[in-house]
Amino acid sequence: MDRSLFNYLLRLADDSLILGQRLGEWCGHGPALEIDMAMTNISLDLFGQSRSLYQYAAQIQGEGKTEDDLAFLRDSWDFYNCLLVEQPNGDFAQTVARQFFFDAYQFMLYTELKKSDNDQLAAIAAKSLKETAYHLRFSREWMKRLGDGTEESHTRLQDAVDKLWRFTAELCQMTPLDEEMIEKGIGADLNVVRKEWDKEVDKILTEARLKLPEKTVMQYGGRNGVHTEHHGFILTDMQYLQRTYPGLEW
Amino acid sequence: MSKSDWPLWEVFIRSKSGLHHKHVGSLHAADAQMAIENARDVYTRRNEGISIWVVESKNITASNPEEQDSLFDPAADKIYRHPTFYKLPDEVEYM
Repeated sequence: MDRSLFNYLLRLADDSLILGQRLGEWCGHGPALEIDMAMTNISLDLFGQSRSLYQYAAQIQGEGKTEDDLAFLRDSWDFYNCLLVEQPNGDFAQTVARQFFFDAYQFMLYTELKKSDNDQLAAIAAKSLKETAYHLRFSREWMKRLGDGTEESHTRLQDAVDKLWRFTAELCQMTPLDEEMIEKGIGADLNVVRKEWDKEVDKILTEARLKLPEKTVMQYGGRNGVHTEHHGFILTDMQYLQRTYPGLEW
Repeated sequence: MSKSDWPLWEVFIRSKSGLHHKHVGSLHAADAQMAIENARDVYTRRNEGISIWVVESKNITASNPEEQDSLFDPAADKIYRHPTFYKLPDEVEYM
């Protein structure tokens, strides 16, 4: 089995799965029916992406496992999602800020992965890119609306940016796995992604009249399976049924 | 940001090229841009459309239901207005 490719696929899939699960928590609680639908639509898109990636990963693994095994039967330390996506929803502003930072990253990432020499990964990226383009449009517009909106919406979004900024450097952190994947023509160059991400984030934060926190100690760990305290709780919710009733199906 | 602050919009979706837009429902949104996005999320989730129109509900002028008699009843007995008295040549298959 190609362990590097397997881990690389898991990392991509885990980001989408965990963020999808987080967004799903809004179901029935959105600030308006229309926003509720939008967030759960995005959540389902993310689950779809993670499913394609897990299916491919399971195939690489070659142990006869399925996407469900990978999603529901791994423990926290075997998840490689970034710390940003596991952060709590907070208020709507915090959800929007988290979504925007992540969408901008994922959009640039899939743009690069579309060019991958690995046909299957390139195809998944191309399909997902269309969805992510819409997610970015949604979160970008809300960044502007809230940031440049009322005093309260501005304050709340600024708080969210201050709180979440420390998790953003990890998104484009180059690891030995990235180096290896670039060398093989499979993976994305995160330095390129970072450049585009910076441009997008600068532009939108300016339009939204938001400032970056001055002193931030960046947090890392997710890519090595070291997570914040929230991660275990997400898995407890998400994996409960499969853990309690192994093999359960709808 | 309460939903009640947002005006109501009527949504029209075109399902295929060549067909016309059909009214599918309404929703709340702060402005036209948001109305399009909300319409996409609420009304096109199951592959219903390829084009969306939105119009703020207050911009639609409707006929008065109380005038129904004078507006519509007179047309009921004017069968000669229906083009059903022509004989179609067989060569015209679909009309």
